Amino acid sequence: MGGRDRHVRPVELILTEDGRPVPSVLAQVQELHRNNGEEPQTLDPHLAEGLPSAHILRDLFEGLTAESPEGRIVPGAAIRWNISRDGKTYTFYLRRDALWSNGDPVTAEDFVYGLRRSASPATASNYAKALLPIANAAEVLSGDLPLDELGVVAMDEYTLQISMRDPTPYFLALLTHPVTYPVHRASVLEHGSAFSRPGNLISNGAYILEDWVLRTRIDLVRNENYWNAENVILEKVSYYPFEDRSTALKQFRAGKLDWTFTVPNNQFKWLRKHYPDELVISPWLGSYYFGFNLQREPFIENPGLRRALALAIDRDLLTEKVAQFGEQPSYTLVPPGIRDYVSPIPEWAEWTQAERNTEAQRLYAEAGYSEDNPLRFEIRYDTGQTNKKMALAVSSLWKQVLGVQATLVTEEFKVFLQNREQKVLTQVFRAGWISDYADAYSFLNLFRTGHGGNDYGYSNSLYDALLNEIAAERIPSRRRRLMFEAERVLLAETPFVPVYTYVTKRMVNPRLKGWQSNVMDHHYSKDMFFLKAVGNETPAVEPEEISAVELEDTVE
Amino acid sequence: MARHSLRRLLGLIPTLLMLITVAFFLMRVAPGGPFDSEKVLPPEIEANLNAKYHLDEPLLTQYFRYLGQVATLDFGPSFQYKDWTVNELIAQGLPISLTVGLTAMILAFVLGTLLGIAAALRQNTAVDYSLMGFAMLGISIPNFVIAPILILLLAVYAGWLPAGGWDWSIASMVLPVVTLALPVTAYIARLTRASMIEVLNSNFIRTARAKGLPESTVIRRHALRPALLPVISFLGPAMAGMISGSVVIERIFSIPGLGSYFVQGALNRDYTLVMGVVIFYGVLIIVLNFLVDLIYAWLNPKVRYDEKY
Repeated sequence: MGGRDRHVRPVELILTEDGRPVPSVLAQVQELHRNNGEEPQTLDPHLAEGLPSAHILRDLFEGLTAESPEGRIVPGAAIRWNISRDGKTYTFYLRRDALWSNGDPVTAEDFVYGLRRSASPATASNYAKALLPIANAAEVLSGDLPLDELGVVAMDEYTLQISMRDPTPYFLALLTHPVTYPVHRASVLEHGSAFSRPGNLISNGAYILEDWVLRTRIDLVRNENYWNAENVILEKVSYYPFEDRSTALKQFRAGKLDWTFTVPNNQFKWLRKHYPDELVISPWLGSYYFGFNLQREPFIENPGLRRALALAIDRDLLTEKVAQFGEQPSYTLVPPGIRDYVSPIPEWAEWTQAERNTEAQRLYAEAGYSEDNPLRFEIRYDTGQTNKKMALAVSSLWKQVLGVQATLVTEEFKVFLQNREQKVLTQVFRAGWISDYADAYSFLNLFRTGHGGNDYGYSNSLYDALLNEIAAERIPSRRRRLMFEAERVLLAETPFVPVYTYVTKRMVNPRLKGWQSNVMDHHYSKDMFFLKAVGNETPAVEPEEISAVELEDTVE
Repeated sequence: MARHSLRRLLGLIPTLLMLITVAFFLMRVAPGGPFDSEKVLPPEIEANLNAKYHLDEPLLTQYFRYLGQVATLDFGPSFQYKDWTVNELIAQGLPISLTVGLTAMILAFVLGTLLGIAAALRQNTAVDYSLMGFAMLGISIPNFVIAPILILLLAVYAGWLPAGGWDWSIASMVLPVVTLALPVTAYIARLTRASMIEVLNSNFIRTARAKGLPESTVIRRHALRPALLPVISFLGPAMAGMISGSVVIERIFSIPGLGSYFVQGALNRDYTLVMGVVIFYGVLIIVLNFLVDLIYAWLNPKVRYDEKY
């Protein structure tokens, strides 16, 4: 068990010159027990959606690029790459020592096969939209072009060329997503849809699938054929699908889990007091906000009123008393944490809440509302404790500051989504976005005219033109300026009320090291290891493994 | 009796057909679809998905396609658990739900009847009051309250039992079985007590006592059978409920049984999974009620000879 002695403090971490832990500080047992929140939908990387699948697939497979513990894009199966001047041709040079778990070499053809399978209409991948920046991907997905027209070519055994529709500066980040992973062609052809079962699944990542007991446990063990296997310290990783947060917490407290998916709501203070070393909270790349339906009264053509509502909520109060887990008050669409991008902060973000309230009341009156003629509307949200509490708190702040009469409407998730999309019933609704890649465009694109996620009915030709410019721009500084401008345009019209930015919150065994908090919340088991507990002086690692500390040059 | 049984079994078919039809169209009437999520799909991808699962066909075509599948006992692939078919999912969850449910049922039946009889025999004494007091508590405290308390005491503090999870060990069964059995035990105890008291006051018991039979013989030979009748008729639905898995218990103890498929399937609009589980439950409930009728007939001669009940 990874965590029986969880409360025992770890020994001090000592690193070798190349940044690996020295063997003498490592624990005897290197097995990680990780709660994954729910059963993964699939272990077929091309069908994957949702966090549980992605967590496991990142351990099982390796894309062209990968991420360092702090979330930087680093070489994965590709050792290096060239991007053409116009940003539309990527040439990847694959590492020659990469093998599938059965010993077959990982070649450029495997990636061609993988990307074509991902884009194939027959595969019907939910997440194939990540491929859309690739040349002809949209046409292949809709069946208008054959698979071999996809802009992906194996130049030779270890060279892969990908042609792009648009220069896509975040493309290297997209390549860490499972939908772009290679799959082992022979085993897919042999086993069909059962290729992702234990015994059948052949993978190219740091781990292989050992066992999958449906809704009980998924066991991964170290892949001896992984090119960097000698630097993979965790021998075994077990993923559990425990959905109940309290149960998972109890499992953690009983030493059965080293890593929880999240923690129960309302227990922040207790956890911080009793488990200060175990409770880990860090910023996540997501925004929580309330959207306006701009196609329905009273919010059509009424930016002043919308602004009044945005001003009148005390975000410090909401994050501290309602969200409670260190969420940060938000005044923008794009959350902080994206490299090279800082959002335009509206001037009122610098004001005190009293000043904001005064301005809100002025705008409210200007829009024609008063105590005798209060603004009435419905706030829709989907079932869930946090959503309900947040809607309740926001509506009472609106009532307190402006005298708004808001009615709360709870809906089951799929009903809620449908109502939001139809834009007939909704007025104010719970909304939010957690991005799959660290780029501001992912957020900004939601407000494009006609975008599937534009449940606000927002439409601004200037804004759309800016988005088109961003999509075509490949010079980072100019692209950044365009995104800044687009977000400024958007915020000025207040089509939504920013509330807070998400955090991830979980319990982690303090002896587990090698991982770092990052805004994507991507954590690869291959980077992690358990330290010995203080007082446990027995040598942890057998002598022959000590040489494993030497790093290979190819990592550079 | 045999003819009656056959007729009951044949009656299963139209009932099931009705069940399938209603469930199928109700699922489709529910707003939203299996592929709706906050991350909206581009239209070409949605079209591919609909084509893959035949959701692009007219509803009636889908309905008859589904009936054809069910006739061959193929419930199709799950929308949510994409690597598995619904048949595989049910086959995985059933043994677990069955084990937990049957164990809990046997425990509840044995314990409940014993306690009920004990209370009836000591009617209006301290024993009766305390037993029935406990039974009332057992019925009225919901198991989502009892379960976390038991976990906290026996798993987190004492460390005797696992806090959740399922590995087919006795240890992992104790808490869920006890939690599941508790309210049913209490209910059976109250039922048994009430009917036992009624039976004990009836004429044929008075006759038996008048013949000078010892009290234990009176209870065992004469009173027990009729006293159990209401309990037996309660067993059918209770059994189906327990075998089909308790959603709450399964969630709290992280048991991979059948119950959570219902809720998860419905929330995710996993049409095939919900349909598969509904049909399976339908058969189960019909069969169990049928078995209960048989036992009832065996216990109660009045029913045995009069088929018109």
